[in-house]
Amino acid sequence: MSRTLADRAAIAGIGATEFSKKSGRTPLQLAVEATRAALEDAGIAAAEVDGMVSFTGDQNAETEIARCLGIPRLTHFSRIHYGGGAACATIQQAAMAVATGISEVVVAYRAFNERSERRFGAGRQGPTADVPVPLPTNWYAPFGFVTPASWVAMFARRYMHEYNASSEDFGRVSVADRKHAATNPKAWFYEQPITLEDHQESRWIVEPLHLLDCCQESDGGVAIVVTSPERARDLAHPPVMIRAAAQGASSDQETMTSYYRDDIAGLPEMGLVGDQLWAQSGLGPDDIQTAILYDHFTPFVLPQLEELGFCERGEARHFIADGNIELGGRLPINTNGGQLGEAYIHGMNGIAEGVRQVRGSAVNQVEDVDHVVVTAGTGVPTSALILGRA
Amino acid sequence: MDQDSAFFWEGVEKGELRIQRCSACKALRHPPRPTCPRCLSFDWDSLLASGNGAVYSFIVHHHPPVYGFEIPFAIALIELEEGTRIVGNLPGVPPEKVRVGMPVEVSFARVADEWTLPQWRPKEEPTR
Repeated sequence: MSRTLADRAAIAGIGATEFSKKSGRTPLQLAVEATRAALEDAGIAAAEVDGMVSFTGDQNAETEIARCLGIPRLTHFSRIHYGGGAACATIQQAAMAVATGISEVVVAYRAFNERSERRFGAGRQGPTADVPVPLPTNWYAPFGFVTPASWVAMFARRYMHEYNASSEDFGRVSVADRKHAATNPKAWFYEQPITLEDHQESRWIVEPLHLLDCCQESDGGVAIVVTSPERARDLAHPPVMIRAAAQGASSDQETMTSYYRDDIAGLPEMGLVGDQLWAQSGLGPDDIQTAILYDHFTPFVLPQLEELGFCERGEARHFIADGNIELGGRLPINTNGGQLGEAYIHGMNGIAEGVRQVRGSAVNQVEDVDHVVVTAGTGVPTSALILGRA
Repeated sequence: MDQDSAFFWEGVEKGELRIQRCSACKALRHPPRPTCPRCLSFDWDSLLASGNGAVYSFIVHHHPPVYGFEIPFAIALIELEEGTRIVGNLPGVPPEKVRVGMPVEVSFARVADEWTLPQWRPKEEPTR
């Protein structure tokens, strides 16, 4: 047997709550609703679940979800660090547990009231801006460098400098995402497309990022059911094969602040992930019809296209300006509207969209999809998947 | 602050910008950590930096409010002439005057009568 993860596990079910700004329910209820929906989608009884994976930051204990759903035994449970970088790695964990026979049915989940409770966008400050940052705690906070938008903006400015990119180049990502969200009834920004002018006129959050470069914040939950290809073949939907699943942390890696590398205009951890995706699957960029590229902030979509080999380094702005990332283009991205347009569920809603594209059931379905790339959080140790047809 | 970084903040209190240096292979590193990633030595001392550098990248923060800062304010990633980089502010410099490549020099600012921070000012008058 080949020692690779390719095609050793499949996604059999996806489930989600509605995406809102105030769910009015506990995160645990959101997690349980999403998990139950994913199991119903798969046609698998809750009692058959024997593995659960989530993010370190998820506040819902797998044991609590198991209690709520009457899951009698768990033989694998694991958590991944690094915020949104964990998203696709939860599926890798699940696939490894299935491939090695540790578990048979593994649920990967993420659920939170990220908008109505603790907002990540506020950064490393107290719950209100009146609470001082302790000084000096590290190399950033004493200088007022406390928000995710600001950490990304520092990379974005250097990328602009190196490759002569502009704010409009970032804005086109937002325009594409919102165009796709506009025709997705489940997207928060359903029927609310934007123009590049809207992007340019939106207020500064942290120069060079406008408001419309920053993804929304959301309440909601998503769950994904992973099982063996053999089991998946007998279920409600055709199996969505996990053709590759990779994690990556690269040289001189920090979490959001890898500013000490010779070059900070790339995302070497995503390059490392991409190399593994192609090696595991035997595929290349030309074999991918659509992609879900993590879009907490627009600037990092550009180096993702470059690191994954969809275009040359520094050329992403031309690739985007030529219309390649919109429906009908060479590589439509974030066909659900992405996190900018659909919801910010820490990348897990993107995995669900990747599954729908392979099944052929997406509202913005790309024609003849054989393979989808899905990526996880950028600027942090990250992960990605290739999903494909059985 | 921990045992790996105390030397830096002690230096700042004395008006010195210190860079951690491997005693074995002399490689510089920042932020500080216990070993040299090049030769794996645990032995280190520090170099007194000239305090000269240039803006490698920068941002202008507008939202949300940050305690102790008047909005908008600039945060820069400074590349020191010795080669390492460090984050700091450019107090008194209008954010719209900041440019990538702008030469800067270190200064030391008291914060809330409690801490000293390394900060940065233009080395030459910004081009008008």
